[in-house]
Amino acid sequence: MAAIEHLLAALSPFNVLLALGGVIAGTIVGSLPGLTATMAVAVLVPITFSMEPASALILMGAIYTGAIYGGAYAAILLNTPGTPSAIATTFDGYPMAKRGDGDLAMTIACLASVVGGLVGALFLMVLAPPLAGVALAFGPVEYFWLAVFGLSLIASLSEGNLLKALMGGCLGLLLSTVGVAEVSADIRLTFGSQVLIGGIETVSALIGLYCIPVLIDLVATPARHLKVTQESKGLRLREGLALSWKHKFNLMRSSIVGTFVGILPGAGGSIAGLVAYSEAMRSSRNPEKFGKGAPEGIQASESANNATVGGGFIPTLVLGIPGTPPDAVILGALLVQGVKVGPNLFTSQGSIVYTFIWGLFLATILMLPVGLLIGRYAYRTIITIPKALLVPTVAFMTLIGSYSIRNSTSDVAIMVILGCIGWVLGRFGFSASPIVLGLILGSIAEQGFVQAWTIGAATHNLGGIFFGRPISIAIILFIVLSLFGPSLVRFIRGKKERPNDG
Amino acid sequence: MLSGSKSLFKTIAAATLALGFGTIASQADDFPSKPINYIIPFGPGGESDITARHQQPFFKKMFGQDLVISYKPGGGGATAWAQLNSMPNDGYTIMGINLPHIIIKPMQKDVGFKTEDLAGFYMFHYTPDAIVVTNDSPFKSLDDLIKFAKEKPGELTFSGSGKGTANHLAQVTFDKLAGVKTTYVPFKGTGAAVQALLGNQVVASWGYTSVGAKHADKARMLAVAMEERHPAFPDVPTFKELGFDIVSGAYRGIAVPKSTPPEIQKKLSDMIGKINADPEFRKRMEADGFSLVDVGVDGMEAFLAEKAKGYAEAAKEADVIK
Repeated sequence: MAAIEHLLAALSPFNVLLALGGVIAGTIVGSLPGLTATMAVAVLVPITFSMEPASALILMGAIYTGAIYGGAYAAILLNTPGTPSAIATTFDGYPMAKRGDGDLAMTIACLASVVGGLVGALFLMVLAPPLAGVALAFGPVEYFWLAVFGLSLIASLSEGNLLKALMGGCLGLLLSTVGVAEVSADIRLTFGSQVLIGGIETVSALIGLYCIPVLIDLVATPARHLKVTQESKGLRLREGLALSWKHKFNLMRSSIVGTFVGILPGAGGSIAGLVAYSEAMRSSRNPEKFGKGAPEGIQASESANNATVGGGFIPTLVLGIPGTPPDAVILGALLVQGVKVGPNLFTSQGSIVYTFIWGLFLATILMLPVGLLIGRYAYRTIITIPKALLVPTVAFMTLIGSYSIRNSTSDVAIMVILGCIGWVLGRFGFSASPIVLGLILGSIAEQGFVQAWTIGAATHNLGGIFFGRPISIAIILFIVLSLFGPSLVRFIRGKKERPNDG
Repeated sequence: MLSGSKSLFKTIAAATLALGFGTIASQADDFPSKPINYIIPFGPGGESDITARHQQPFFKKMFGQDLVISYKPGGGGATAWAQLNSMPNDGYTIMGINLPHIIIKPMQKDVGFKTEDLAGFYMFHYTPDAIVVTNDSPFKSLDDLIKFAKEKPGELTFSGSGKGTANHLAQVTFDKLAGVKTTYVPFKGTGAAVQALLGNQVVASWGYTSVGAKHADKARMLAVAMEERHPAFPDVPTFKELGFDIVSGAYRGIAVPKSTPPEIQKKLSDMIGKINADPEFRKRMEADGFSLVDVGVDGMEAFLAEKAKGYAEAAKEADVIK
């Protein structure tokens, strides 16, 4: 009975309007590289002061989920993740767009995001209090191994250029140490310069490394940006639905991966997308198609990153520990409103929480029509706009985006320089992804390692801390599988096939 | 060389002041006549943001103008502070300042600003340091914890937010005063430090009273680093009561570019003081675990000088500065 009451509360015209407006605004913000979900939510905070807590949450949740989805647009159409969560979407999204399947890629991304969002919200509604324990079971050493697991993806992304991929990864790790160190407060590798003291900001690095090379190539080559097939095929919704049904297990697995990674504070959508991508690749029958425009890759990344929205709210609402940066802003807004988070929130102030979760469901479902329409418009715009207009527009956006993330001109300079370096490295066969993986995962790995080592040394149990904890052992097994699994499979297959050959 | 450039600067400042005196005087009268930009040198969602958000509605109500909050994170605040003095000096740009950050950072290395470069006009609250344990911890009192630390030197692990921070300096000071050796494990922010505590990754945490307020269902404080007990936690003793002279925490205030006219600085200082005096504001801040202080523009220099002494000592002890 209560559930229906909360559902009806969420369906009040005002809340529906908030959810719709939030998803539209979020999708647009997310699609612009550099404008992140965190900023979008932060801008809204003063507006929410005058609202009921549940309505405020619905608005912020809607814009958040929309922004995470919108990140796929730039990833598919410009090879630039609109938000860090969409990194893994570029791997297959851009190749699909290149070969003329951009419309299909956009539709698949929308369907996958909706599925992921719904799965995440479902876990939030049904299992939030027990699942919050996952966040607590993860200690520093588990974060360390999780980051190493993410780094192991460099090997599978390397496509035969393992050495170059590893070098790129090392460069990324090195870049992650620039500036004021997060846990030790040391000031490193700034060479006395004020520009580098803030470190290399992830989003501006993403824009530089992914987007600038695309821009330079657009100017340097006469070909069209994306291949366009003769007649417009519309949304290709039927095709997209068929592919989603065909890969429903991939969608489910990725959504669950996304929810669980979302529960881990500090891990975030980028890791969720990468882990889901690597699992999709490992369990696929055609892993060699990944990275060359496989729809499964987009599905994995997009369903996982939208599932982190619901997952991230679990520690935020149950423990008061924000799961993701946008959650931190939302939590702050709730505190100012006088809403006390904690396990009791679900019982004592259940009407706020459950109305909000229904609102999140609603926003996620609204994302389907909204996303398909905006996505189609974005795709048409990108393929029809003349190059002479596209290049300056995108170039302008990269500047605005890299500036706005921290209101910093240093970040703009770093973005441009990294972009040029990225383009040169690209000419020599180095791809951007290993560098970015190193940059994002480097600080997580470093922090986890330093903390685990400190604790281990203090309690005289270094071996036990690093190799003796059940979750750590499980992650280590996954690392071994992802590193040696493919060659093992090839080895076994080779043995089987050889008798036939001979 | 240095004094030469300083006197040149003074001449220029005096000339500018003389030229603009007429306009400034009238500016100060109807200040503020437009929204004020309030720059937080950290990302959104942290305590610097939350406390500024608490001020926002009261400012609007009392003075009729908006406080517009924006963020300029990077380098633990250093990026923003290094740029403060090149920002507009009409009083419509103000920036949060944090202790011990603005004292410790310039001691470590050249970070683009010096403590005395920052013209703070008000320190409005602090989040007192506190030792936090989980509710099911065997430590019932600070004595229990000290006993454990004495029996097993180094094995008592504390999580805390960052290094060279209020938490870290408090740990170092406490170790010295109590004659124990404990291990401090730095985390990225208070949220991560609490996560490690609640997940039993560490034995205890050097946190803040705000942690005790936010996580009252799972964690309790053994002692708080305040002059007197916190009104929201009448049962938690202060370190002073227990014989350790520690009154510390993360102090937060607001600064303007140094060349902002003194009349305007005074006016801003009075405004923030007025918000601090509002009973409803006090109630909200204290419920979240913050403790209000009132250091106006006149008392700033003495306050910073006194704090700097203690911080420098602890930071050396903590090996954060050489």
